[in-house]
Amino acid sequence: MAALFPPPPGPRFVLRGTQSPVNTLHFCPASQALGSPLLFSGSQSGLVHIWSLQTRRTVAALNGHRGQGVTWLKTLPQGHQLLSQGRDLRLCLWDLAEGRNTIMDAVQLDNVGFCRSSVLARGQLCWMLAIPGKGSDEIQILEMPSKTSVCTLKPEADAKPGMPMCLGLWQTNSSSRPLLLAGYEDGSVTLWDISERKVCSRIACHEEPVMGLDFDSQKAKGVSGSAGKVLAVWSLDSQQSLQVYKTHELTNPGIAEVTIRPDHKILATAGWDHRIRVFNWRTMKPLAVLTFHSASVYCVAFAPDGLLAAGSKDQRISIWSLYPCP
Amino acid sequence: MDPALPAVRLTVQEAIHTLSSSEDVGHILSALGTLKRYLGGTEDPALPEKEEFTTIHFSAVLRCLVSKLSPGWLELSPDGQLEQLWESFFLDGPPDQAFLVLMEAIESTAGPSFRLMKMARLLEIFLSKGRVAALMEEQCRPQTKPSFPLFQETLLNKVVGLPDRLGNCLQQDNLTQFFPQNYFPLLGQEVVEVLKAVVNFLQGGLDCSVSFVSRVLGKVCIQGRKKILGVLVPQLTVLTQDSCLWQRVCWRLVEQVPDRAVEAVLIGLVEATPRPEVLSRLLGNLVVKNKKAQFVMARKLLFLQYQHSTPMLQSLLGYLAVDSQRRPLLVQVLKELLETWGNSSAVRHAPLEQQCYVSKAILVCLAHLGELELQDIQDELLASMMAGVKCRLDSSLPPVRRLGMIVAEVISSRIHPEGPPLKFQYEEDEMSREMLALATPGPAGACSSETGVPSLASVATEAPVETPEKTVDSDVPPVQQQGPDSELDSDDEFIPYDMSGDKELKSSKEPLYIRDCVEALATSEDMERWEAALKVLEGLVYRSPEATREVSVELAKVLLHLEEKTCMAEFEQLRQRALVAVTVTDPEQVAKYLTTQFYGLNYSLRQRMDILDVLVLAAQALSRPRSLQRLSQHGPPGSGTLCAPALAISQPGNAVAPDWQMVVEERIKSKTRRFSKGCPRRELSGGPNEFNSVAGYFFFPLLQHFDRPLVTFDLLGDDQLVLGRLAHTLASLMYLAVNTTVAVPMGKALLEFVWALRFHVDTYVRRGLLSAVSSVLLSVPTERLLGDLPDELLEARSWLADVAEKDVDEDCRELAVRALLLLERLKDKLLSISSP
Repeated sequence: MAALFPPPPGPRFVLRGTQSPVNTLHFCPASQALGSPLLFSGSQSGLVHIWSLQTRRTVAALNGHRGQGVTWLKTLPQGHQLLSQGRDLRLCLWDLAEGRNTIMDAVQLDNVGFCRSSVLARGQLCWMLAIPGKGSDEIQILEMPSKTSVCTLKPEADAKPGMPMCLGLWQTNSSSRPLLLAGYEDGSVTLWDISERKVCSRIACHEEPVMGLDFDSQKAKGVSGSAGKVLAVWSLDSQQSLQVYKTHELTNPGIAEVTIRPDHKILATAGWDHRIRVFNWRTMKPLAVLTFHSASVYCVAFAPDGLLAAGSKDQRISIWSLYPCP
Repeated sequence: MDPALPAVRLTVQEAIHTLSSSEDVGHILSALGTLKRYLGGTEDPALPEKEEFTTIHFSAVLRCLVSKLSPGWLELSPDGQLEQLWESFFLDGPPDQAFLVLMEAIESTAGPSFRLMKMARLLEIFLSKGRVAALMEEQCRPQTKPSFPLFQETLLNKVVGLPDRLGNCLQQDNLTQFFPQNYFPLLGQEVVEVLKAVVNFLQGGLDCSVSFVSRVLGKVCIQGRKKILGVLVPQLTVLTQDSCLWQRVCWRLVEQVPDRAVEAVLIGLVEATPRPEVLSRLLGNLVVKNKKAQFVMARKLLFLQYQHSTPMLQSLLGYLAVDSQRRPLLVQVLKELLETWGNSSAVRHAPLEQQCYVSKAILVCLAHLGELELQDIQDELLASMMAGVKCRLDSSLPPVRRLGMIVAEVISSRIHPEGPPLKFQYEEDEMSREMLALATPGPAGACSSETGVPSLASVATEAPVETPEKTVDSDVPPVQQQGPDSELDSDDEFIPYDMSGDKELKSSKEPLYIRDCVEALATSEDMERWEAALKVLEGLVYRSPEATREVSVELAKVLLHLEEKTCMAEFEQLRQRALVAVTVTDPEQVAKYLTTQFYGLNYSLRQRMDILDVLVLAAQALSRPRSLQRLSQHGPPGSGTLCAPALAISQPGNAVAPDWQMVVEERIKSKTRRFSKGCPRRELSGGPNEFNSVAGYFFFPLLQHFDRPLVTFDLLGDDQLVLGRLAHTLASLMYLAVNTTVAVPMGKALLEFVWALRFHVDTYVRRGLLSAVSSVLLSVPTERLLGDLPDELLEARSWLADVAEKDVDEDCRELAVRALLLLERLKDKLLSISSP
């Protein structure tokens, strides 16, 4: 039967030139401020490269993290502002409008771990930021751009979940109460209610540290990947309690990042086994195993139009075009 | 005597007198008219008088007519009446006499002349009017008169020899009708007509004999004019289809063929007959009745000849199988075939084609025989089969081994249909498929075709249906258009890609240093690490030659003794490539080690042959420019004929040439006008032959001990397969040592080696020796050949000539001819050097 399936496709194109392992990727749609669609990549050497998807060349390289690896990138809804988190304990806010590449502001971080931050836009010029906190198991919530600390989320003394490994801020469409999903070192995923500073629900869905998670607020379902072999899908019921919905056993252990495509149709995982896996988000049916990279894949990102990008330790960024958005 | 008879004589004498003396047309015409009456159907002269005329006087009249033939005489009657009358005597009279007189007259008339041409044309008309059929029919009739054997013999000779005789007489002026390619088909047609007449007679209750026709047929076939059967057989096939009478006439026809012509006729018939049942209709039970025919059909065609086609073999053996009276003969034939097949001397000395022919015959026999018949001779079959398989599997030629396997599989499946099937592993090729197809048809193969055919058919119909449709524009499988958020959309919304490549990753265990590799391969209990080490070894060796040299011999030892511990894909190739890499990196030490181990005590034949392969591949890599080393393919050297020139051709010319050369060449090309355009050829880039300094280490130790048997290794005895490999290896090494200083002593030593083994019984060994001679001729410089090795060359030459003529193996003969050609070229070169 296997012969009846088409062979897996190759990448649409490949971006080379970071000269360093690629830690994180972020797509930015075409906007007035920046022009053509762009891809941001953060590398272990501390540079943020801006790639034009039309010319497939670097537009600029931002050097703001003093040679320490960039772990997280995100543009703000305005489009011309970029957040970059680096291992030099700084989170920088870049102004990219009209060709400027300057750091407008920076937030000092207190935690040197690998936890990626998360951002939630709450108004035109107002957004909330979740960053790993001072204590090793704390998460700090900031109101931006004023940098005022909203709260610090610290697990109860007897829980001992270890360090937070990944964060996801979100809020339901109906209410404006911000919620935070956090994956911890002990393999548990916790839902925090920020305004009440308490844990709504907590499930232990992995044996190994949770490395990445993503949440689909429409279906109230999320997915998390860990250093182990299991990919877990969990759902959130109306009582704000998490339940394991489904698990999927992988061939090789180690997922660095999980991302659901913006149209909620498919999701992709970045595997330590050099492979990118694509699943049907609704059924979790495996769709493709993409082999191209020769070292661990560290990050996957989707563009709004469905383009998939993966960055790897082998210093390459592969761009794929699969199951186009309708 | 009848009183009327003297009157006939008188009339004839008178007429002849008139003919020979008179110049008057009226007289001549009336005299001829008188005579003509005896031939006509009128009642006027009584029947006895007619008979008297035709038997006694007709020839004399015809001879007289011939003698008068001249342009002037015929023109005596200007309206052509005389000519017409003259011709009618030949065409209407008794055909045998007319034919004989015509032939006699033509042969006795000299040179190109009016009379000769006139008679040749008359003969042409004679043939075209079907008079030859009439002539033969005459001979088949119930003989009322006493027959004259001598007369029949003469007639036979002239009928069959007509093309030759006419060709001799007429030379350039010969008429197309008399060419053999036209005459014999005509004769075939005439024979059919005669047989039709015979059948009519028989239906009318008359007695007939076809012996004259049989003799004609026999004589024609002996002369090798098989065209006659090409006309005859198709018509007889149709005629005998529904008529027993026709069949009996045919059987009689073949039975009556004289003994010495039986072989020619039967072979011709078997060749021309497409199907066994037709052959059976034409021949009847001839093989049972006639000893000679039995010999031809059951022995000569099967055991003494092997040039016949497979369809012919099938129709011959099918003929034996059709009738119950002939089946014992078929069983007998099968037993004898298997006996020959199992004879070890035959396996060694018979050419491959014959072995193939006999094997095919066996398979066809098996397909025709039923279970019960096979049960009876089971033991004999089994004994011969075992003997045959054993000596075939011992052979060093793959096709011979494969023949043994195929035949053994088929026989065992037929003898023990219910037992577990005997199954060998062999590569399928055209021959094996053909052989297996032979074993299936017929009533016996019905059981196997039952399972085979439907599955094939179903595959053929299913395959195209299930092929997934593909959209062309991108690498995207089709997506069914669904509502954006419908939860009810079907499960196969997205068609998955093939995920069979999703295997567990084992990358973490690769050793990074040569020493780690050696340790992992030698001692590691961790199979994953062991496999990873073997996989990376070749690359590591080429990347770090210095480190490799420190442990080269140790590494070679580990690799040589390496056993396949896990079921690993490409184990043999990986191991071989690693060994080659080590040898290339440190040729002197490793070659020394490997060549001594070749004659070591405790090695398997496989390991010894591995050593030889590695040496050749390493030598090949060394004798090439370094930059191309990695590109060279490391396939095992062909186990059949390792053709030395093939190595030479594969020297690629696309080495990295300096840029300026390219530029200059381009410029010259653009400015030069050429009158003849061939494909532009790049110069081969030169480079030192790195094999030069180490060739001796590869070569001489291999020659030292071949004639000293060990307990475990006897090159001149049972281990001739390795000896063959050794000969091929030495030939390759010699060839790769071209342009090296050591080539001359190598050539000398190699020729001595060849001389010692030149009469070896094994074909594979002889092939190796022959290619070794060719390599010597190619690699040793011409002047040194003549200066240092003249005696060896002379000896080799006479041996080569002998092999080229007499060897049973086709490849051996070809190789010998090639070597002889090289010698010739050498001679030409020398002559051209010395002459100016």
